[in-house]
Amino acid sequence: MLEAADITVTFGRHRVLDRAAITVRPGEVVGLAGPSGCGKSTLTRVLALLLRPSGGRVVLDGQPVHRWRHRAPRRTAIGLVFQQPRLAVDPRFTLIEVIAEPLRANRRPLARAHELAEELGLTPELHSRRPHEVSDGQLQRACVARALALEPRYLICDEMTTMLDASTQAHLVARIEAYRARTGAGVLAVSHDLELLERWSGGNVRELAHRYPA
Amino acid sequence: MAAPETPKTPKPTEATETTGTAGTPETPETPETRWQARAEVSGRAAGRPARRRLLALGTLAVLVTAVLLVPLFAQLDQQLVDLRSAGRPPSWAHPFGTDEVGRDVLLRSIYGLRVSLLVGLTAALVSVVIGGLVGLLAGAAGGVVDRLLMRIVDGFNSLPHLLFGIFIVALFAPSATAVVVSVAVTHWTTAARIVRSEVLSLRGRPFVDAAISGGSSRARIVHRHFLPNLAPHLLLATVLMVPHAIWHETALSFLGLGLPAHLASLGNMINDGQRSLLAGDWWSSLFPGLLILLPTLAISALAQHLRDRSNPRHRSELTL
Repeated sequence: MLEAADITVTFGRHRVLDRAAITVRPGEVVGLAGPSGCGKSTLTRVLALLLRPSGGRVVLDGQPVHRWRHRAPRRTAIGLVFQQPRLAVDPRFTLIEVIAEPLRANRRPLARAHELAEELGLTPELHSRRPHEVSDGQLQRACVARALALEPRYLICDEMTTMLDASTQAHLVARIEAYRARTGAGVLAVSHDLELLERWSGGNVRELAHRYPA
Repeated sequence: MAAPETPKTPKPTEATETTGTAGTPETPETPETRWQARAEVSGRAAGRPARRRLLALGTLAVLVTAVLLVPLFAQLDQQLVDLRSAGRPPSWAHPFGTDEVGRDVLLRSIYGLRVSLLVGLTAALVSVVIGGLVGLLAGAAGGVVDRLLMRIVDGFNSLPHLLFGIFIVALFAPSATAVVVSVAVTHWTTAARIVRSEVLSLRGRPFVDAAISGGSSRARIVHRHFLPNLAPHLLLATVLMVPHAIWHETALSFLGLGLPAHLASLGNMINDGQRSLLAGDWWSSLFPGLLILLPTLAISALAQHLRDRSNPRHRSELTL
């Protein structure tokens, strides 16, 4: 279970999150909705162990998290798909390198990268292209493949489909659903599109209220 | 029916007249001149820098070839003087003339240029490597390490760097190594600042977060993401540093602190030549001076081009 409780994040004097809480159980889809600027992305960064909160606790599979970013040894148990694929990939990498990077970093067999690329509908001629040579949809497919490469127990999709057309959106959600069904991973879907979240999570949607700056 | 038509008919004529009269000063600006202006703009954007780049490349190619090939065919005895042919003006036998002790200025200039280019390049490389490492460490580590290193950089920058360079070079016996150390120690701070700011900007990018999330270690992020993205900046910093390092080498030699006085170095030669300048022997200082000016201008022009190319927006325009 990935559990965050009483999460408070402040940037300087500005409090971005105030005692936010969310729980993702293995095998379930949780939707997280809320207006823009309410701290959804900040909460996902905390949950992905990329940002140490000013207050509160994160518990991953029963063990409280004390270390963050590079120092968090269990960070690969949580996959993260970013909102903007253009910013989320190194512009010098080819698509297959993007997918293979976590496998390389963890010394896993690289053949998995090609399987993932195929699963996500990236044809072989796209493998050697760089981010500026492909569309947002193709790039986001590579990002989803990268997030799934290490078979995370929890997957966080931060506004994953916001910039994409309906068919790519449906395809990516279907791929993630297939992954969830196969591995029993928990999925946290973040979006401001309530309709999508309701449908994806079967009504299991939490709302993050907007906080006006204090 | 006729009544409303009559006011209608003059209207368009009025309109055409007004556009015609108002358009007269504009007409020369619209069709042909727009093309002319565009041609001029494209000429300014592509033609002239291209010509300048070619000129710079050609100059550098000639000088580098001379520096590489001439010592193979014409050995220079640094100790040899020939007082019988002292102070000769440029001629076919001595195209750059001879100096006050009868040494050929052309041959010595080429040997001097070899030293200057070598010292300039080495000093630039060493300073960029030192600066790059410091900047990388400061940017990647952050916190106390960053603050401490940047205060050291500020400390170095607050010193007048030529004076500091003279102080450093005075600690050693005159040699090329001393000049390299002096230039590197006084110039690494620029590269450190460039690299640090670039690393800080890279650190905050989502793809670095993605790499951390994918289990990459700090070292792996530096190796896979930071260094490849920094490479163009480092190359540019090195190329921009080369002419500056050459100026420092020649300045130190001119002051008698660079290479030993008997060795051919452009700074030494200008220094030697200034004595004969009063006697009217303009060539013994002018030609070594030109040989400092030409390569440094050429390298600067190429660096400018490289900087334009490393700017992705400009690069896309160039490739289109």
